[in-house]
Amino acid sequence: MHRWLVALIIAMGGAAGAAASGLERVPAVSHPATAKECGECHMAFQPALLPTGSWLRITDGLADHFGEDASLPADLAASIRAYLAANAGRSGDPKVTRITEQSWFAKEHRFRASVWQRPEIKTKSNCLACHPRAEQGDYDDD
Amino acid sequence: MNRPLLLATALTAVAMAAVAAEPARDAIVAAYSQLATSENPAFSGFSAARGERLYLGPHTGGNTETPACATCHTADPRASGRHVKTGRAIEPMAVSVNPRRFTDAVDVEKRFARDCPNVLGRPCTAAEKGDFITFLINR
Repeated sequence: MHRWLVALIIAMGGAAGAAASGLERVPAVSHPATAKECGECHMAFQPALLPTGSWLRITDGLADHFGEDASLPADLAASIRAYLAANAGRSGDPKVTRITEQSWFAKEHRFRASVWQRPEIKTKSNCLACHPRAEQGDYDDD
Repeated sequence: MNRPLLLATALTAVAMAAVAAEPARDAIVAAYSQLATSENPAFSGFSAARGERLYLGPHTGGNTETPACATCHTADPRASGRHVKTGRAIEPMAVSVNPRRFTDAVDVEKRFARDCPNVLGRPCTAAEKGDFITFLINR
């Protein structure tokens, strides 16, 4: 199991039975606006995958969201920002906004370049290409 | 309640739900029509053919990765699309297979506001938005 995930689960006091089952799980997105707005263009990543600082950087910069304009009405953006920040992960580098550039990600995804270039993967952020239950926060299939 | 009556009630509910989605779409088209007239007094109605050309492109001026709506939504609007950068599946655009399309005015405006600059390098006119929706209502 990822070291960061162990730390996360301990920090959460084994919330949602994750510690008991020992699975690589994070709580699923439980905020409808986050699920809808973030999930339109990519899988709505679970808040536990990034620390609070990263989420604040992301939600404060939606006009240039990794090169795309992902602006939202102010009230909607504020509601999503608050949800992500309140449910953020306890580890990770808050200056890094890409989940795929967090150090734990690299440790868990040591693949040849040819694997990443498979057409069904397209990009490292496409969790669902290899983790079919990623949308539910379940990454225990590798 | 007896079974035939239950069935009839259920069918009526389904029929009402199908019809209920349309006034919202009609209102969105009507609003774009009004706006198109104020943007251009010579505006004389939306065209599915113009909408199809807008959809298929290819266009220049926008993001080189997305020269057309069809880049992500595929050339057949009845098919599921795929986000060219993230690989995310996109529900079909054609109203015939996805009746929820163009029924939420805020969502529709949000998508045009983001996607027109990506594809065209500029915002869409109200006439273009109406043409686009008219094309997809007819598919």
